Amino acid sequence: MSANVPNIDQLVRSEYKYGFVSEIDTDSLPPGINEEVIREISARKGEPQFLLEWRLKAYRHWTTLKEPHWAKAVYPPIDYQAISYYAAPRSKARYSSMDEVDPELLKTFEKLGIPLSERARLAGVAVDAVMDSVSVATTFQKELEQYGIIFCSFSEAVRNHPDLVEKYLGSVVPYTDNFFASLNSAVFSDGSFCYIPKGVRCPMELSTYFRINAAKTGQFERTLIVADEGSRVSYLEGCTAPIRDENQLHAAVVELVALEGAEIKYSTVQNWYPGDREGRGGIYNFVTKRGVCKGRRSKISWTQVETGSAITWKYPSCVLLGEESVGEFYSVAVTNNRQQADTGTKMIHIGRNTRSTIVSKGISAGEGQNSYRGLVVMKKSAANARNFSQCDSLLIGDRCGAHTFPWIQVMNPTATVEHEATTSKIGEDQIFYCNQRGISRQDAVNMIVNGFCKEVFRELPMEFAVEAQKLLSVTLEGSVG
Amino acid sequence: MQPILEIDQLEAGVQGKQILKGISLKIYPGEMHAIMGPNGSGKSTLASILAGRDGYEIIRGRVLYQGRNLLELSPEDRAREGVFLAFQYPVEIPGVNSAYFLKAALNEVRKYRGMPELDAIEFLALVKEKIKLLDLDEELLKRPVNVGFSGGEKKRNEVLQMAVLEPRLAVLDETDSGLDIDALKIVANGVNCLRKPDNAQLVITHYQRLLDHIVPDKVHVLVDGRIVMSAGKELALELESKGYDWIVREAKRVN
Amino acid sequence: MNSISTIPDADAAEAPHFGAVRTAFQQYESQTRAAGEPDWLASLRRRQLTRFLAAGYPTRRDEDWRHTSLDAVVSMPFALASSAGPDGRIVQLLEGSAFSSVSGQRLVFVNGHLIPELSRAVRSSDGVYVAGFASAVQEKSEILRARLTADSEDGSDGSLGALNLAFAREGAVVIVPANTVLDEPIVLVFVSFPQTAGERTHVRNVIMTGPNSRATVIEHYIGLGTESAVTSSVTELHAGQGAVFEHLKLQDESNSVFHLATLRARLESSSKVSCHSFALGSRLSRQNVLATLAGEGIEAVFNGLYLGDADRLIDHYLSVDHAAAGCASHEFFNGVLDDKATGVFYGRIRVRQHAQKTDAKQTNKNLLLSDDAAVHTRPQLEIYADDVKCTHGATIGQLDPEGLFYLRSRGLPVATARRMLIHAFAGEIIERVWCGAARDVLNRLVWDRVERTRHVSASEQ
Repeated sequence: MSANVPNIDQLVRSEYKYGFVSEIDTDSLPPGINEEVIREISARKGEPQFLLEWRLKAYRHWTTLKEPHWAKAVYPPIDYQAISYYAAPRSKARYSSMDEVDPELLKTFEKLGIPLSERARLAGVAVDAVMDSVSVATTFQKELEQYGIIFCSFSEAVRNHPDLVEKYLGSVVPYTDNFFASLNSAVFSDGSFCYIPKGVRCPMELSTYFRINAAKTGQFERTLIVADEGSRVSYLEGCTAPIRDENQLHAAVVELVALEGAEIKYSTVQNWYPGDREGRGGIYNFVTKRGVCKGRRSKISWTQVETGSAITWKYPSCVLLGEESVGEFYSVAVTNNRQQADTGTKMIHIGRNTRSTIVSKGISAGEGQNSYRGLVVMKKSAANARNFSQCDSLLIGDRCGAHTFPWIQVMNPTATVEHEATTSKIGEDQIFYCNQRGISRQDAVNMIVNGFCKEVFRELPMEFAVEAQKLLSVTLEGSVG
Repeated sequence: MQPILEIDQLEAGVQGKQILKGISLKIYPGEMHAIMGPNGSGKSTLASILAGRDGYEIIRGRVLYQGRNLLELSPEDRAREGVFLAFQYPVEIPGVNSAYFLKAALNEVRKYRGMPELDAIEFLALVKEKIKLLDLDEELLKRPVNVGFSGGEKKRNEVLQMAVLEPRLAVLDETDSGLDIDALKIVANGVNCLRKPDNAQLVITHYQRLLDHIVPDKVHVLVDGRIVMSAGKELALELESKGYDWIVREAKRVN
Repeated sequence: MNSISTIPDADAAEAPHFGAVRTAFQQYESQTRAAGEPDWLASLRRRQLTRFLAAGYPTRRDEDWRHTSLDAVVSMPFALASSAGPDGRIVQLLEGSAFSSVSGQRLVFVNGHLIPELSRAVRSSDGVYVAGFASAVQEKSEILRARLTADSEDGSDGSLGALNLAFAREGAVVIVPANTVLDEPIVLVFVSFPQTAGERTHVRNVIMTGPNSRATVIEHYIGLGTESAVTSSVTELHAGQGAVFEHLKLQDESNSVFHLATLRARLESSSKVSCHSFALGSRLSRQNVLATLAGEGIEAVFNGLYLGDADRLIDHYLSVDHAAAGCASHEFFNGVLDDKATGVFYGRIRVRQHAQKTDAKQTNKNLLLSDDAAVHTRPQLEIYADDVKCTHGATIGQLDPEGLFYLRSRGLPVATARRMLIHAFAGEIIERVWCGAARDVLNRLVWDRVERTRHVSASEQ
């Protein structure tokens, strides 16, 4: 290799451009967790009794659980008593118009490329902006109301649609589900809620933008999307956080319910602060995401681009209950520097003629460790069910790791499962070929990586796909030597 | 004289979509018919229905083979009765040796016809004779069925199977597609060798070029699930020079 | 005997079934002492027993045993099998057995006891050593001491490996000197013929092939009788630099036997090794294959076929460790599950950071023939080096409908067409056996089994 090609170490120093801290007065609870804290969170939010009781049950259950460590991730013990479980920008509880919102807050989102004001907001995308633990603004609500679509913060949903919340909360991810889901159920502070009525095709993309700002807090939001019979919705989720030396815990829960003939497309571009080159700081992204295809011919499609976080631990899953229902999982996970990702999916086939597709692309650079972990289950009732999985890993540099841990269980002889996985590196010959045609080394890598991820990017809504590609090049900047 | 194949007002489809919209056709012993037509006209559907492939629904009409209802027979019984389909895309079957497969098939057919089964030596003698007749390579027999065969080899292998099984009715589904001129000649030569006064052949093709080497008694043009024109072999030449468009327009005007 | 380590006493918390294990060990130890077994082995056995007592039997809570329960083995009485001798039925069984026509050296064990009358071992001038474990520990004491100590100390064989060595009475020891070429395979036949329920057989085989040698060893496990029993078998294989070696195991035990086995292989640079596991019998079988590719330029093939019917459970657990650069390992496992049989496959390929230029490929394919059959498969890649070519794939499904239609359209009955495709599916694995004589035997055997497969004419829908 010629001397003028920058080496790995030089190139790795790309900046995390969302790492700024906003000076916003924050109202937060002191660190620590106990029943009093939970009652306090519930009281501050003025919640109905059923929700408080649900939280308390979750908390009591959580205290009986041990933090799981089967994921391929190494991190120091988390002190759950050192985390503050509630942080909210201190300002009015509700805004009657965007003009009342703290200008610093609006500025923060503007800086992130998510303008919330009436004039500048994104065309065709309704955004629910969540700062630390609470939703600060939701755009396009009135427009959506015309269609009967409910799109609001979780707190608003609890106030205005308690029946829907009570019916569906925990119906996909029960509070007993796992350690982090139980913790979330006990302390979740806000999140997004979305209900698409029968037969309605949501006319615009719905989106939640999550931002962690305050220090020493955890973020525990909860998203619930219910698509009634024959409805359709495409939902986007984006996340960033400031650069801090400490590790911050993000333990979210997302529940999706698709009734007969309904279709939910859930896309995530996750760009939490990944920590620095030595692995200091960064978000622990321990998330439970699951959807249930309850009705016949319903469909849930997960697409994720995971570039951020120090540790990612998530398995967006589909329970395919309805006959002929369809589950999809498209994922790009990139780990650079000391990042660790253990991600994948579960496809649980219960109904007849259910189908699922898994496409996972893992890219490891620096000292990153990237694991695909997946479970495909064909229950005895899943006659003629089909699954196809493709998991590819790309290694850049010789200090990273790529791992694939699929698990397949088949109890029905008419079911078909196919799993394929490959691991390869970017070939010097490929790069040379590009160089020879006048393309720089970094551009060549970006080009090859983008080609590698194409199948997944194709699944993203247009604006997001462009964003994801850019994000990928930033994350991998300097990963070649 | 009883026709070998009689198709009467056949309408059929797949997954609720009608593809054949009323086809009638009679093929007598000693005859070779060609069915031509643009892509998507239903040619291969017809071939699949004749061989008994799963997934096709017969809407109405009937197919008689030597006076019997062909559609009620299982695929293997059709084969034993003497219906042979040369596949457009012969399936690769890894691990199943070609010679072994062919011997098993031949003996099934012979058993069905009340003929004694052939032992390995007799079988090999027969196959070698056919291979010579068709100018094929004996190596084919040693390999798994169609695995690693070139396009031409697959089609030649189909013709070899046809030669060994000696069907009463052979349906050749786009046997010419993907063949270079030499391979085409070998296949055509094989088909011609197997033409006898007591059997019949139905050649399905998109192009006329196969018909330079195989001369049909009748040419039918299939458009959108219907036979829109039937004539002697000169029709093929007309199609070659004018293409299908005029006949498609003609058909539209008539309907 | 003060150099011999001691076994800790049972405490109150110890599982009650360990009492029988301790008693059996005391009796067994007095026998082996009387037979003059070397101190190092007695001491090693005690350490292994201690290791077993500390860990106990694996349970389904153990990640590596999620789908395979040893409850039946635990609850069975613990009695060491006694020799059934060269009984007429055994002679008859051997005469009709799979590899009876294969010439060459042969050792026959019945219930874990070597039966010289049925064996055919010669001390040849080429220095190839083929003998029973009990005599080998005397004759090749130092070699075995080094080998067994090293192998048991790393603990990778788990508590079952420890239990095996604590009680291993016999087994085969094969030592092939450097540059020696063996034309004929060495056949080891292990017959289990339990007389009472719960009899345990522990065999320990050690195979060492020297640099640039060439050899084939076949292990064949068969059985008689209907009493429940446990066969525990551990084979330690060490293939020297540049050695060409084929190991073939055919497990065809009777339906009442629980077969728990480990093949541990350490391959040195430039060796070319092929290990085959054919699992056709027993009520429950677990075959571990733990391989370390310790030197550069190795070509290794791990190849397996499992045919399950009735309510058999057949479990293969593979771990291939690429510890050196430039090696190729290919793993191919095919399974056919009928009736209420369950197939389990776990396969891990691990590529260490310095193992650049690794070429690893793993496939696990399964056919489910009946409504009650099940498969659990976990092919895994764990890769720490970047310049590698690694793939794995798993499929579970039915016979290819296109292929079936093709065969039927040529006149073959559905059942024959299905058998043909099943046999072809099995044949992919058999074809990889180098030893021609063994390949023929396996082809016939597998064909016979496929003929017996019940659900061949299952509906096409």
